[in-house]
Amino acid sequence: MSFPLLTATAALPALGAVATAAVPAARRTAAKWLALLVSLATLALAVTVLVRFDPDGTRYQLTESHSWIKDFGVRYELGVDGIAVALIALTAVLIPFIILAGWHDADPLETGNRRWRPTQGFFALILAVEAMVIISFEATDVFLFYIFFEAMLIPMYFLIGGFGDRAHEHGEETAATQRSYAAVKFLLYNLVGGLLMLAAVIGLYVVAGNFSLQQIAEARASGSLHMATSTERWLFLGFFFAFAVKAPLWPLHTWLPNAMQESTAPVAVLITAVVDKVGTFAMLRFCLQLFPEASKWATPVILVLALISIVYGALLAVGQRDIKRLVAYASISHFGFIVMGIFAMTSQGQSGATLYMVNHGISTAALMLVAGFLISRRGSRLIADYGGVQKVAPVLAGTFLIGGLATLSLPGLAPFVSEFLVLVGTFTRYPVIGVIATFGIVLAALYVLVLYQRTMTGPVKPEVSAMPDLRVRELVVVAPLIVLLIFLGVYPKPVTDIVNPAVRQTMSDVHKTDPKPEVEAAK
Amino acid sequence: MSAAAVHSLWTTAAEPISKIDAPKIEYGQLSPTLIVVGAALIGVLIEAFVPRRSRYYAQVFLSAVALCAAFAAVVALAADGFGTTKAHIAAMGAIAVDGPALFLQGTILLAGLVGLFTFAERRLDPAAHGNRVDSFAAQAASVPGSDSEQAAVKAGFTTTEVFPLLLFAIGGMLIFPAANDLLTLFVALEVLSLPLYLLCALARRKRLMSQEAAVKYFLLGAFASAFTLFGIALLYGYAGSVSYARIAEVVDGTVTNVDPALANTMGNDALLLIGGAMLAMGLLFKVGAVPFHMWTPDVYQGAPTPVTGFMAAATKVAAFGALLRLLYVVLPGLRWDWRPVMWAVAIITMLGGAIVAITQTDIKRLLAYSSIAHAGFILAGVIATSKDGVSSVLFYLAGYSFVTIGAFAVVTLVRDAGGEATHLSKWAGLGRRSPLVAAVFAVFLLAFAGIPLTSGFAGKFAVFKAAADGGAVPLVVIGVISSAIAAFFYIRVIVLMFFSEPKPDGPTVAVPSPMTMLAIGMGVAVTLVLGVAPQYFLDLASQAGVFVR
Repeated sequence: MSFPLLTATAALPALGAVATAAVPAARRTAAKWLALLVSLATLALAVTVLVRFDPDGTRYQLTESHSWIKDFGVRYELGVDGIAVALIALTAVLIPFIILAGWHDADPLETGNRRWRPTQGFFALILAVEAMVIISFEATDVFLFYIFFEAMLIPMYFLIGGFGDRAHEHGEETAATQRSYAAVKFLLYNLVGGLLMLAAVIGLYVVAGNFSLQQIAEARASGSLHMATSTERWLFLGFFFAFAVKAPLWPLHTWLPNAMQESTAPVAVLITAVVDKVGTFAMLRFCLQLFPEASKWATPVILVLALISIVYGALLAVGQRDIKRLVAYASISHFGFIVMGIFAMTSQGQSGATLYMVNHGISTAALMLVAGFLISRRGSRLIADYGGVQKVAPVLAGTFLIGGLATLSLPGLAPFVSEFLVLVGTFTRYPVIGVIATFGIVLAALYVLVLYQRTMTGPVKPEVSAMPDLRVRELVVVAPLIVLLIFLGVYPKPVTDIVNPAVRQTMSDVHKTDPKPEVEAAK
Repeated sequence: MSAAAVHSLWTTAAEPISKIDAPKIEYGQLSPTLIVVGAALIGVLIEAFVPRRSRYYAQVFLSAVALCAAFAAVVALAADGFGTTKAHIAAMGAIAVDGPALFLQGTILLAGLVGLFTFAERRLDPAAHGNRVDSFAAQAASVPGSDSEQAAVKAGFTTTEVFPLLLFAIGGMLIFPAANDLLTLFVALEVLSLPLYLLCALARRKRLMSQEAAVKYFLLGAFASAFTLFGIALLYGYAGSVSYARIAEVVDGTVTNVDPALANTMGNDALLLIGGAMLAMGLLFKVGAVPFHMWTPDVYQGAPTPVTGFMAAATKVAAFGALLRLLYVVLPGLRWDWRPVMWAVAIITMLGGAIVAITQTDIKRLLAYSSIAHAGFILAGVIATSKDGVSSVLFYLAGYSFVTIGAFAVVTLVRDAGGEATHLSKWAGLGRRSPLVAAVFAVFLLAFAGIPLTSGFAGKFAVFKAAADGGAVPLVVIGVISSAIAAFFYIRVIVLMFFSEPKPDGPTVAVPSPMTMLAIGMGVAVTLVLGVAPQYFLDLASQAGVFVR
């Protein structure tokens, strides 16, 4: 038996989480270093997965399969396709930066209580989330996926509810109340989605008799497993609802602004750049493969919802007074693009959507983490409290600008490529929707530039006049992300090479081919 | 009276009296019950003859040994094949020795053992006049607040009678799911109920509340018993027998020889339907299903917490066992009549329990309503009427009972000056004060909520899968929705423990003896093992999924 690489990639952060949690109360710094080392080792394993993965090989690679719960027909089945590899790499890359950015976020205020060890808990929870996210990307058994899809809510919940910004404009009491409100809202939304999915998972088992993604997809393709149209649609809706809450798609998005606003910047990045990707990824992997007909049936509605997310998210982002909320609504707009790309059912659209997931992860991380550094200096999340920062902290302002420009998809930075692909992919099949979605880009320029203008330019506000520039630790976090943004903006081929074969497979699952170019058809 | 009738009476009496056969009792196969009941009797003798000082140790030792021995006997019987190939009906048709019976007996014995540990805990309450005391009243007979109570406390009395009472209750519970005729069922019901009524009244603190709970439980329980008995009488009228197999035959219509004395009533469907409904009512009362749940919150709240934990776990196991046997062995021919009713009961139980729990402010009442909601989930598995349905219910019960005892054991630890601090507001910030206890309780709550990787999820998945396989998809959807509602209040407690600031006058967490630690530790271990690697236990439950007839 070969070395179980995929299991190791998920198990390492899980073990790291346990080890980090077990570090004694007084050795906080040791816990931080341990978590960072574990996340870097995980990154090394993820890179190994990337290297060992052959884009032109079979669909699922590095597979592992063991019997787990025989009575439920559940197997421990792992395997990665190009899309999963790209997202695992994204996760493994982002976590070390998240840990580094949150280095001081969980230092205890009261040192007297020896039993209360928030620092250890904070980093252990981040690693636990990483482990669960990675295994959800790897799972090719629906049940196995479901378990971790649900279980990751628990550490996320504690991260949101337990740790907030140090300085809060309304005092610690209010902050705690708002935090726990945000955490409960996050959990309830996702739990309801997840439980409806549970009903669909059970239904799938009743229909198919097992949970293996490959077996069910093959049986469906060969016609040996017939699903009644209505059954397929109900099951599809059960799955899609859960993923649409997670993604999040309008009108199920309202938990995201609360959660991102109340949590610390690194945790906000963890939510939007890592955990939410599981939702869009699962649409691509589970909804389309298991229920191709129902996916096509639902496409018009989903595209409209995605379109609403794009425009609505962008419009609300323009009107925000709170920096983190602004980024949250911008993310909702971007998730709209991703979902649109997936359900446009063209290869450009789906490649673009996958690429978008990666790029959005990096660009949001860059913007949000710099915003977090900014907020930690001034102790306020309100845009109106800033002004003229670029004169006192030019490096901070510059990196903030690059993160912002990436968010508005400036050509030359990574998100441009993916947004362009998604729009092209949508336009070839649904021109009207493609045209309306383009307004999302215009609005993105508006909210990003206005944010920059209000916070960074203009006269220096007295409160920010003594603001220090980025420290070495913060530069170590931001610089690589910016390098990645520029690199993938200029040369996205490494990612597209891995992603494209997998997208072609998915397209053939739903029996869709790209529409012929108009000119060729006219000949 | 006519002459002919006199004559016939005369000749009947003149016939030679047929010999009464000596009953054939398979003592070996009944050994689990016999061991427990025997130990309970010895426990009574200990109360009478052993000096007060050594009673506690003698009782705890005896009870633990008896429960372990009985569990070993169950395992030996199962290993001998009585759960599968050698399953049969023992003791002249009174007791079934089969898979479900043995599985449930094993579960009850383990739950009883864990319950015993919480009963025997003596480090939580501050010592009274130099004597270590447990959760039970110094002298049950003394009026609360009276001089005799004070004298009893001063003298350092403890109520060691609780241990034989516990054993008697367990003895009844062991027979309850194995009973194979209606009279045995009724006797078992009373044997398990009466000690529980008494135990409920024995709280050391808040004695009036405890006594009120006991009276409520007793009155409503007696009422339910009366229903059961009436149902039994009607079923006897219908079938001319109290034996399960015989009633099932009559229901199926395979019996033609009618008992002349019952010629007017036998085969009368009205008797069957009313009798069956009344019997089911009695059992649904014991499992705490809506609308027969009224006693649950008051009794759970008032009873001493160790008793609550034991009762919530083991009674539910025993009663669901009896309900399964009744519906699967006696009334399968009546499936189309009872299924719609059970559907309705399951739906209102799931929704009712989950919704009412939201408004609760007392942790014990909250767990009571949660137990009602869980009864609804289990009923969904009962309704499946398949082998999978039986095994999923068995699995669910096993997982649930350990979570329940563990959760109530944690409740006994959180205390302030007035004893246990059960009001939810007092639990605020517990996660900061004692992260370990709060984390353990959070694990139990997550298991109740059915979050993956806990036993609660595996159990819920098993029953819902069985129900969906049996065509009850709407029930599954409602179950899932009530799970979401229920998740809300479990999570509210977690929020309170971890995200609220601790209050300055908040409760302290007592350091228990190894016994309570063991009870809680077993709860956590079983919860996680059944959540992560349930296969072995699912196998066990599915092997045990066939009733003998």
